[in-house]
Amino acid sequence: MSNVFMGMPTLPVFGMGNLHIEEPFPAAAHRELGNTQMRANLRHATHTIRDKRLKVVAELPDWEELRDAGSATKNHVMANLPALLEEFEKNFTARGGTIHWARDAHEANKIVADLIREQGTTEVVKVKSMATQEIGLNEYLEERGISAFETDLAELIVQLGHDKPSHILVPAIHKNRTEVRDIFLKEMPNVDPDLTDEPRKLAMAARAHLRRKFLSAKVAVSGANFALADSGTLAVVESEGNGRMCLTLPETLITVMGIEKLLPGKEDLEVFMQLLPRSSTGERMNPYTSLWTGVTEGDGPQNVHLILLDNGRTAALADKYGRTALNCIRCSACMNVCPVYERTGGHAYGSTYPGPIGAILSPLLTGIKSEENSSLPYASSLCGACYDACPVKINIPEILVHLRGEDVDSKRGAKKLPSQMDLMMKGASWAFSSGKHLALLEKGLPLGKLAAGRDKKIKALPGIAAGWTQSRDMLAPPTQSFRDWWKKDHTPVAPTHKQEN
Amino acid sequence: MKIALFATCIVDAMYPQTARATVKILERLGHEVVFPSGQACCGQMHINSGYMDEALPVVTNHVEAFEAEAYDVAVAPSGSCVASVKHQHPVLAERCGDSALKARAEAVGAKTFELSQLLVDVLGVTDAAEQLGSHFPHKITYHPSCHGMRSLRLGDRQLDLLKSVGGIEVADLPEADQCCGFGGTFSMKNADVSSAMLEDKTNNVKSTGASLCSGGDASCLMHIGGGLSRTKSAATTLHFAEILASTLDEPVSVTGQVFVGKGGK
Ligand code: SF4
Repeated sequence: MSNVFMGMPTLPVFGMGNLHIEEPFPAAAHRELGNTQMRANLRHATHTIRDKRLKVVAELPDWEELRDAGSATKNHVMANLPALLEEFEKNFTARGGTIHWARDAHEANKIVADLIREQGTTEVVKVKSMATQEIGLNEYLEERGISAFETDLAELIVQLGHDKPSHILVPAIHKNRTEVRDIFLKEMPNVDPDLTDEPRKLAMAARAHLRRKFLSAKVAVSGANFALADSGTLAVVESEGNGRMCLTLPETLITVMGIEKLLPGKEDLEVFMQLLPRSSTGERMNPYTSLWTGVTEGDGPQNVHLILLDNGRTAALADKYGRTALNCIRCSACMNVCPVYERTGGHAYGSTYPGPIGAILSPLLTGIKSEENSSLPYASSLCGACYDACPVKINIPEILVHLRGEDVDSKRGAKKLPSQMDLMMKGASWAFSSGKHLALLEKGLPLGKLAAGRDKKIKALPGIAAGWTQSRDMLAPPTQSFRDWWKKDHTPVAPTHKQEN
Repeated sequence: MKIALFATCIVDAMYPQTARATVKILERLGHEVVFPSGQACCGQMHINSGYMDEALPVVTNHVEAFEAEAYDVAVAPSGSCVASVKHQHPVLAERCGDSALKARAEAVGAKTFELSQLLVDVLGVTDAAEQLGSHFPHKITYHPSCHGMRSLRLGDRQLDLLKSVGGIEVADLPEADQCCGFGGTFSMKNADVSSAMLEDKTNNVKSTGASLCSGGDASCLMHIGGGLSRTKSAATTLHFAEILASTLDEPVSVTGQVFVGKGGK
C-alpha cells in the first residue's frame, strides 16, 4: 500500500485528464451538427437501443423498486465511503491483492507505468475501462514506450482509427460498418485484403488480431464495474468475452477504478446485475460477468493490483446537490435518450463522459471554474428524459440547474462588464418580482406590433436573442395583456354545466 | 369552488387568449375565478438559467401574491410553470437558506394545479363535448410538453380531453415524447442544437397533415409555432385550453389555412 493520504482532504482535489472540453459546448456542437453521416449513424443506433431498453424494462414488474433499491444502495455507499473503502482494502489485501491510492490522473498513470516496467514488458492488453480513459492512460504509456492494446471491439476500432470514443458503452457508435472495414484494412496488420463489411467477417478479423495479443501479453490493465467491500472482490461486466481473456491469461493484472464503484456486498450485486444490462444494451443479462478476489495460486494472474482513483471524486462528493452524480453506473441509458446527445454526438462534450451524465460529472470532477467545462451544464433543454431513464434515479436535470447556479455565482463580480444575459436577467428579475412592474411593462406591448412586419411576425431579434430568430419567427405581441383585460373587460360567464362543490 | 388563476408571464403578456379561455372553461363549470393581482412569473427562466439570486425575488413575489388571496385551488395553463412552482420553488428557497420561505412555497405549490390536472382530477371533467360544450371541427395533432409529461406526470389527461371535443379529429404525432428543443434560454445559448430538435418536431407535425398542433405549454407552442411559420407551413399552434373553450356558438378563431377534421360528435 502506498502512503498517499486518503479520506476527506480539507481542500478537494479536482480531477485532471480527459475531463475537459476544449472549446465551449455551443461551438463544439455547431461543428458536430454539420457531420450528417455521424448524425444518421447515431440516430439509428440510439433509437435501436432505446427501443430494446424500453421493451426489456417493461418485462420487469418491479423495475421502479429496483431503481429505488439501486439508488438507495448507492446513496448509502456515498454516505459511508471512507469506512467501506477501508473494509474493502482490508479484504482485498488479505487475499493477496495490492492496493494503491491515487489522488489524481497523474499519480494513477505513474503507478500503472511503474508496475508495467517492473514486469519488464512494453506491451499490455486492456479491458475497456472508463477510468483509464479518464486519466489518459494509453497516451501516457505510449509516451513512455509502452503499447496498450484495446481488446473491446468498439474500443479497438476507435484506437485503430486514431479516433476518440464518443459513447461510454459503444465507443464507436458514430461509425458505420463500411467505415469500420476501411479502418481495419488500413490499420490492422495481416488483415485479409478482401475483407467485406459483413459484421461476422469484421468480428473474425478482430478476433484473429486480438488472439495474438492475448497469448503474448504478460500484463493486462482493466477497469471495474463494481467492488464488493465485504469480500474484496472486483467485477467486470462485458459482452464479448475479451475482457475475460485479459483477466485470466496474463501474469499481472492491474485494475484502475474510481473510488465510487464500491458496493457493500455481493447481495447488492443482484440489484445492479438486473439494472445494468437492461439499461445499457437492452439485454436481460450480459453475456460475461467476471468476478475475482485476490490471487489464487497456480490459477490466473499471480500479481493483482488495484489503483483506487480519486481524481475529483471527493470534490464531487463534497457538493451537497451534485454528489448523487457519483451514483452513476455508466450504463449510458441517459445518453441514448438525450435529444441533445443524439444530434451532437459524444465528441461535442469533450470529456470521457459525454451526454447528460457528462454534462454534470465532468464539471463536478474538474470544478465549475474550469473554464470551458462551465458551458457543459447548459448543454440540455432540461427535458428530463435522462432522469426517467437512469436506473439509479440520478436527478440529472436538477443537478444541471444547480451547476448553472454555481457557474453564474462563480462569475459574479469577476467580469468588468455584465454580459447581455446578466443584464437581461436583472431586468427580468425586476419586471417579474411584482405584478405592478409587469403591468407597467405590458403597457409597452403595442410597441411590439411596430417591430413586427405586415404579417405580424418578428423575423429578427437583436443581441443574444438573435439565435432564436435564425430558425423561428416570433409572433407579434397582442395589444392588450390578460391582466388589463381582466381589470377592464372581464364579466363572468353564466355556467352551462353546474359542478358540485 | 374558488379558483385562483395563475396566468403565467408569457400567457399574460403574449397569449392572453389562453388565459381567457381558461377562465371561460372554469366559469362555465360554475366556479368563481379570482386573479391575484400581485402575480407576475414563476421564475423558472431565472432558475433554469442559473440566476438564483435574481430568481429569489420572483419566487418570493409568487408566494406572496398567492398567499394574499383566499381560494381553494390555484391553476395555471402551463405544465412547466406549475412544475416550477411545485418543485423548483422549495428547492430554491432552501438553496438560498430561507427555510420559512421553503415551507410557504410548499404550501402554495400543494394547492397549485395544471389545467388538465384540475379538470380531470379535481373537477371530474372527462368529456369536454358533454360537460363543457366544446366543439372544434378541425384536424389537430398534439405535443405533450416535457414538463407536463415528466415532472407532473400528466399522462394523457390533455390528450384525452382534446379527443373528447366535439367535431375534432386528433392525429397521432410521431415521436411525440421528444422535446421540441425550446428549453428557455437553451434555445438562445445553444441555438443550433435547439434548431435541429425543432426541425424534427415541425417535420413530424407536418407529416400528420393536421392544421394545428396543440399542447399545454405556451412556450413550447411559441417555439413550435415559430418554426412552422419560418418554414412557411400552413400549420400553426393552439393551446388546448382554447380548443376546450371553443363551442358551436363561440368558436375560437383559427388563423391561417384550416383543414377541416372528419371526426364527428
Ligand atoms: S447517469 Fe444514470 S443513465 Fe446515465 S450512465 Fe449513469 S447510471 Fe446510466
